[in-house]
Amino acid sequence: MTGWLGPQEWQAVALSLKVAFWATVFSLPLAILVSHALARWDFPGKQAVNGLVHLPLILPPVVTGYLLLLMFGANGPGGRVLETLGMGIAFRWTGAALAAAIMGFPLMVRAIRLSIEAVDQRLEQAAATLGASRLSVFATVTLPLALPGILTGTILGFAKAMGEFGATITFVSNIPGQTQTLPSAIYSFLQVPGGETEAMRLVIVSIFVAMAALILSEVFARRIANRMAGA
Amino acid sequence: MTHPALSVHLKQDRDTFALDVSFDAPSGLTVLFGASGSGKTSVIDAVAGLGTSATGQVAVGDQVLMDTARKIHLPPHKRRLGYIFQDDRLFPHLSVARNLDYARWITRQPKDQKAFDRVVEMLGIGSLLPRRPARLSGGEKQRVAIGRALLARPKLILADEPLSALDDARKAEILPYFERLRDESDVPILYVTHAATEVARLATTVVALAAGRVIRQGTAAEVLGDPSFTPGGLRDIGAVIEAQVLTHHADGLTELDAGGLPLLLPQVVRSVGDKLRLRIAAQDVILSKTRPEGMSALNILPGTIADIQTSDGPGAVVSLDTAAGRVLARVTKRSAQAMGLQPGGSIFAVVKSVAVAPGDVGTASR
Repeated sequence: MTGWLGPQEWQAVALSLKVAFWATVFSLPLAILVSHALARWDFPGKQAVNGLVHLPLILPPVVTGYLLLLMFGANGPGGRVLETLGMGIAFRWTGAALAAAIMGFPLMVRAIRLSIEAVDQRLEQAAATLGASRLSVFATVTLPLALPGILTGTILGFAKAMGEFGATITFVSNIPGQTQTLPSAIYSFLQVPGGETEAMRLVIVSIFVAMAALILSEVFARRIANRMAGA
Repeated sequence: MTHPALSVHLKQDRDTFALDVSFDAPSGLTVLFGASGSGKTSVIDAVAGLGTSATGQVAVGDQVLMDTARKIHLPPHKRRLGYIFQDDRLFPHLSVARNLDYARWITRQPKDQKAFDRVVEMLGIGSLLPRRPARLSGGEKQRVAIGRALLARPKLILADEPLSALDDARKAEILPYFERLRDESDVPILYVTHAATEVARLATTVVALAAGRVIRQGTAAEVLGDPSFTPGGLRDIGAVIEAQVLTHHADGLTELDAGGLPLLLPQVVRSVGDKLRLRIAAQDVILSKTRPEGMSALNILPGTIADIQTSDGPGAVVSLDTAAGRVLARVTKRSAQAMGLQPGGSIFAVVKSVAVAPGDVGTASR
């Protein structure tokens, strides 16, 4: 595969996979927590939290990227803290992962929240009467029953992270080998004359990854459905 | 000081509905009896800790589950309950075996294979263990739900209309399990229903509710034998008497002894010597001033008229004291007048043997 893809293209694909993987791994637990809070809890400021979560979905991605730069850039408040800890993220792949996570977060939360809301609360009550604490009810009833939606949310978040462009390029730029993700690489190749072949190869890789993710989630979803039906 | 097995004192004020229910019940099976909207579900949910707006006290023996004045409100998972719901509420993602084992597993108790096997055997669900709930019939699901509640090793069993979602055949299949629970375990049971037949068969104590208040409390015979108590309308009233199996006759009839009076019923599947409860619907009883002869009905109970209740309608309910116990008969006001029925007068109650429906025959509690 490395033979078919040029080194710069391969770098971009590998980086995108890494960025999307870590963005998904870190945002998933938080997305589940926020979804559960929005679906089941009553607390002051719930609407504000809901709005904040969905903001990246409605804002132009460039604006989100710029806000990230203001906060986590070398001179931003968050950036300075991270820099002194030796964990600066601006213009690094970790910054790309943060941008991707934030952009994918609302998609994850939407899917997971819907599936948690669809879990029959009477089953949660039954679990409580059988001795399960709230945390146990969540872990043994709510979470497994919401699994199909969590899976969908994960795939959506991963796909969004793979494809994120606007916020990423604004926040961490487009440095080959460091922050040049798959979409930024396609963009770069299209800027140079004769780069269409490379761009097309990356487009094919994009389609392949997206299809693989979809099929994988479909297989899992079917397996879960079969299990519930008692097969 | 000894505590009642179950003590419930609850108040709740909502715009549309006020609840003020107070009762102490001895051990055994306590039925909360009433029409829908009478507050039964609010009471059972407050006892379970699922409804949070009611105030007052709930105690099981000496264990206080809730006492608003003392700011005690145990969350449901600390109440040691076995709640059998109207809908089975089995966990669809777990096998029957794991549903049954859920309470033990979630509370990290050591495995008790003996207890597990005993419950599985009693409910006859051994062959269902590897299946998922989606593959079970309604009756099977409800049996598994009963098993799941029992295996929580509860201090109190709650049952909220556990038979109402089942057809008559399935009801007849599940009812005996509740009789066994009542007779074989020391755990108090709070059982919600609007069906008089279930009250007659199961209740040790009846607490009748209407519009959020307790309107009657007593044994099944006391409450159902009270002609002024007609929660389901006049059609539904019927007295409860106790009887013992004497012999099974070759022609398919079973002879029972009810306080010295013989009663003949179509074959009752019980051993000789077993005690049963019978419910005799008031509308299946005919009255006669003289001992009837040349009649097809087999069961004739001599007695004395205790009371005659009339209402606005054309009907009257006559209460009779017989050697078998209190029996109610529904007649028209017109025939009561024509026959000159008076309290204290002697009378014969004629009960067609088939009039005692098999669904109404239950085992007597201790």
